[in-house]
Amino acid sequence: MYDIENYYNASTIEEAVRLLKEHPDTRVISGGSDVLIKIREGKMAGTSLVSIRDIKELNGITKKENGDIYIGAGTTFSHITNDPVIQENIPVLGEAVDQVGGPQIRNIGTIGGNICNGAVSADSAPTVFSLNALLRIEDGNNGRTVPIRDFYLGPGRVDLKRGEILTHVIIPAKEYQGYHGNYIKYSMRKAMDIATLSCSVVSKVNTEKNILEDVRITFGVAAPVPFRCEKTEAALKGQEISEKLYEMTEQSIRQEINPRDSWRASREFRMQIGGEIAKRALKRTIELAGGDRK
Amino acid sequence: MVGKSIPRVDAYEKVTGRAKFTDDLILNRALVAKVLHSTIGNGIVTSIDTSEAEALPGVVKVVTFKDVPDHCYPTPGHPWSVEPAHQDIADRNILTGRIRYYGDDIAAVVAEDEVTASRALKLIKVEYEEYPVEIHPRKSMYGSNPPIHFDKKDNVLARSNFFIGNVDEGLEQSDTVVKRSYKTSIVQHCHIENPISFAYMEKGRIVVVTSTQIPHIVRRVIGQALGIPWGRVRVIKPYIGGGFGNKQDVLYEPLNAFLTTQVGGRPVKLEVSREETFCNTRTRHSIEYDLTAGVDKEGHLLAKDMKAYSSQGAYASHGHAIAANGLTAWRLQYACPNTRGEAYTIYTNTPTAGAMRAYGIPQAAFAIECLMDDVAAEIHTDPLEFRRKNLIQGYYEDAYLKPIAANTNGIFQCLEKGAEYIHWDEKRKEYADQTGSVRRGIGMSLFSYKTGVWPISLEIAGARLSMNQDGSVQLQIGATEIGQGADTVFSQMAAETLHMDVENVHIVTVQDTDVTPFDTGAYASRQSFVTGTAVKQCAEQLLQKILDYAKTLLPEQETRELSLDHGWIYAGEEQVLSLEALAQEAYYSLSNSSVLTAEVSTQVKKNTIATGCCFAEVEVDMKLGTIQILNIINVHDSGKLLNPQLAQMQVHGGMSMGMGYGLSEQLVLDEKTGRPLNGNLLDYKLMTALDTPDIKADFVELDDPMGPYGNKALGEPPAIPGAPAIRNAVLHATGVAFNEIPLAPQRLIEGFKKAGLI
Repeated sequence: MYDIENYYNASTIEEAVRLLKEHPDTRVISGGSDVLIKIREGKMAGTSLVSIRDIKELNGITKKENGDIYIGAGTTFSHITNDPVIQENIPVLGEAVDQVGGPQIRNIGTIGGNICNGAVSADSAPTVFSLNALLRIEDGNNGRTVPIRDFYLGPGRVDLKRGEILTHVIIPAKEYQGYHGNYIKYSMRKAMDIATLSCSVVSKVNTEKNILEDVRITFGVAAPVPFRCEKTEAALKGQEISEKLYEMTEQSIRQEINPRDSWRASREFRMQIGGEIAKRALKRTIELAGGDRK
Repeated sequence: MVGKSIPRVDAYEKVTGRAKFTDDLILNRALVAKVLHSTIGNGIVTSIDTSEAEALPGVVKVVTFKDVPDHCYPTPGHPWSVEPAHQDIADRNILTGRIRYYGDDIAAVVAEDEVTASRALKLIKVEYEEYPVEIHPRKSMYGSNPPIHFDKKDNVLARSNFFIGNVDEGLEQSDTVVKRSYKTSIVQHCHIENPISFAYMEKGRIVVVTSTQIPHIVRRVIGQALGIPWGRVRVIKPYIGGGFGNKQDVLYEPLNAFLTTQVGGRPVKLEVSREETFCNTRTRHSIEYDLTAGVDKEGHLLAKDMKAYSSQGAYASHGHAIAANGLTAWRLQYACPNTRGEAYTIYTNTPTAGAMRAYGIPQAAFAIECLMDDVAAEIHTDPLEFRRKNLIQGYYEDAYLKPIAANTNGIFQCLEKGAEYIHWDEKRKEYADQTGSVRRGIGMSLFSYKTGVWPISLEIAGARLSMNQDGSVQLQIGATEIGQGADTVFSQMAAETLHMDVENVHIVTVQDTDVTPFDTGAYASRQSFVTGTAVKQCAEQLLQKILDYAKTLLPEQETRELSLDHGWIYAGEEQVLSLEALAQEAYYSLSNSSVLTAEVSTQVKKNTIATGCCFAEVEVDMKLGTIQILNIINVHDSGKLLNPQLAQMQVHGGMSMGMGYGLSEQLVLDEKTGRPLNGNLLDYKLMTALDTPDIKADFVELDDPMGPYGNKALGEPPAIPGAPAIRNAVLHATGVAFNEIPLAPQRLIEGFKKAGLI
């Protein structure tokens, strides 16, 4: 039995915005795989909820004529993984969200919830960062569009004001076309777990010249918010693809990430794993691009 | 019937959801109870204010430690002893104001519903005086002020020791002496169904329906805890969702029984959460070992010494029996003229440790089998060869506890099967000189395990058979089905001895202390052995009664021998009377009716040693700190198998536990408060299906003369040998000896770094 005071069900974005404004003590619930856990733990006990589950506009994935991909915030992880647009254009995102919890969670949990929850361990986050995604937020007026990197404010905190709703995650065409991605989730077991450390690499390879043309590396759980390794990215861009590149990646990442020490895992341990998984993920993206054939 | 893989008798009920568990039986309009736990790890409650909670609408009753009986009671699922010296330690109150661990039970709320009960808990105001917290046994054993329990000044619950020969001389004569320290972690049973009960009153008596392995013991302990005659308590045990020893302890049943008396006998439900199950029920003891072994030039063990420090947690529960069981294992199986052991069980400010599958032997076997590999490495001997050289072949008996003995001993056959499956000789060589950061290795370990608790404790079981009008029988036993398949093998046993189809044996799965024959319950891998003996005896009695009655119906067959086979009475080779017709006569004959029943209460003064081994092949990715199990096999000598398919399932489940024990499971406690940091199924790394490799189970079937059907212990042993086998395989792969489990990634990375491998 969950301790929920009131429950409001919105069927349109406008209605959801109105309900949130009318009832300032409410929280948004979609799949519920985060919210219900917090209610059960007592952290949100007695809360009131506005459900956005029945808002049809929030569901599904479309590719616009210009190639931009719009992912409805209410789209579940399973739907993302199995969506042909995702599979064809940005398989790394489908693979990343397929590592969330277990099948039941992936059937109910949504990408919007994953992002708005603000957890640094969210399995969608590093890839969405590495894809330079934009977030479309509606507020009943004109709304706004923000880059994902500006959205995370701190652990569990995102840039979402009362009455605002995340409606779409947008992956602009220029950010994924010609790129390959790989996500490595390092966790203590192979399912039903959250990341101890995670890394998503998206790269563009010039196979003719055998150089790494562009690369974006994002870590989950290496800092209070998902963390782009800009220094490493800058150092790697334009480098020749070789064993040296991977060694450089490993070293540079360990200089750049700043993971915490906790009972779950020591800082030193995370540093070791961080360098290793960034290297392995980069290597995989280069293999996917057909590079590194030696 | 015995020895066949018949389907479980409860399979369809469980798979279709028809089987009734405690929560399915809760009476309408039952009240809900919740427990208030302390937020300090050691100290006393200086004040408690329940007025706001009591004022909350929907709250029926709030009780605190001030309201409960002030005498202490014991909780472990041991048979009671009539000798005071052997009685379990009584050190617990139903609720307490003397906090001994983080989460201790201070008060309870009874409310109309769960949400109200939870809200009321938050309204209770508690103030404490705090004492320093000590979570390490080897520090706690030097005493604390005040001690955790007033009558144990040094916090040592118990100490025991033994010696055979002269260990010091043996070590002096040894050519090589190896000393090592090993440590096992606190783990939890993680049965699917959390502990749950509901209690109500009927005709002045208390009825408790509960998810337990030991209904008759729960009845006794409720009587003791409440200070009421035991006959005033009735305990009912329906289907349960696993126990693994956690429910071989009396948990919240006394509190629940007390609560119903406080609300006029209305039904009260008390279900603990998963988090409470981790913190407030029982765990497996963490034990620290210092071991020493000496061998001669040929690699024969000359002396071995064990010191064990077992962390009990806040309350005695099963107490020293766990560490003592490890001491017994230390003197079995290996031939060694000089052996010594000493064990301490020490109170600490941590969650209470109790019984868990294989009762102290997974801990001891981890230490012993790591040591055997470490000695072998030290003298450059193949570890399997080293064991073969030192293991006892054939019959042996314990030097102290008679009649514990290996009446059959299949360890050498087990080793042969395991080595062949894993390709021991080839792979030991193949993996000998590896370079690179990903390496493979193979390792093994073995164990011995007693069957039941005789002579350490009483073994008694009851069974009742009565024949129905159609010639089928009702079987009632006091022993409990807890998922292990007990109901199925008891049905097979009765069918075997009565020469009937198992479909004609109707087993009563629910134990109800008002009607069920007395049996102490499911633990110690005892039921198929001890209760099995009772079932066999009972079936033999009924068979005799059937044949005796048949004689009265068949005076003309006076000269021929009568027998029963699958529904027919035979005179010699001739089918002369159907069992159904006989049963009809027994029920309704106007001249000679007497329903055919048999009931036994059987004490079993036997014990026999089961054995087995595990072989594992691993791949270690040193830079990521991960271990992948490529192949793993357990081979068990558990006597004759009663149901091979169920035996396989037992082994699979146990191996899963063994792998989790070795690789990932550990309840982590906060140093300062003793609070569990990962007491939930997300942060406590129980293995999932994806983490579990293909599991191989094999058997060596020797007909043990002590077992009622040639069988001996199998329920618990499968959980024992996995962890040390994996550890030894990692040692083979990398040369790094990890002496503490679990071999979780961070421990591995630290070890490989220290060894300069990464």
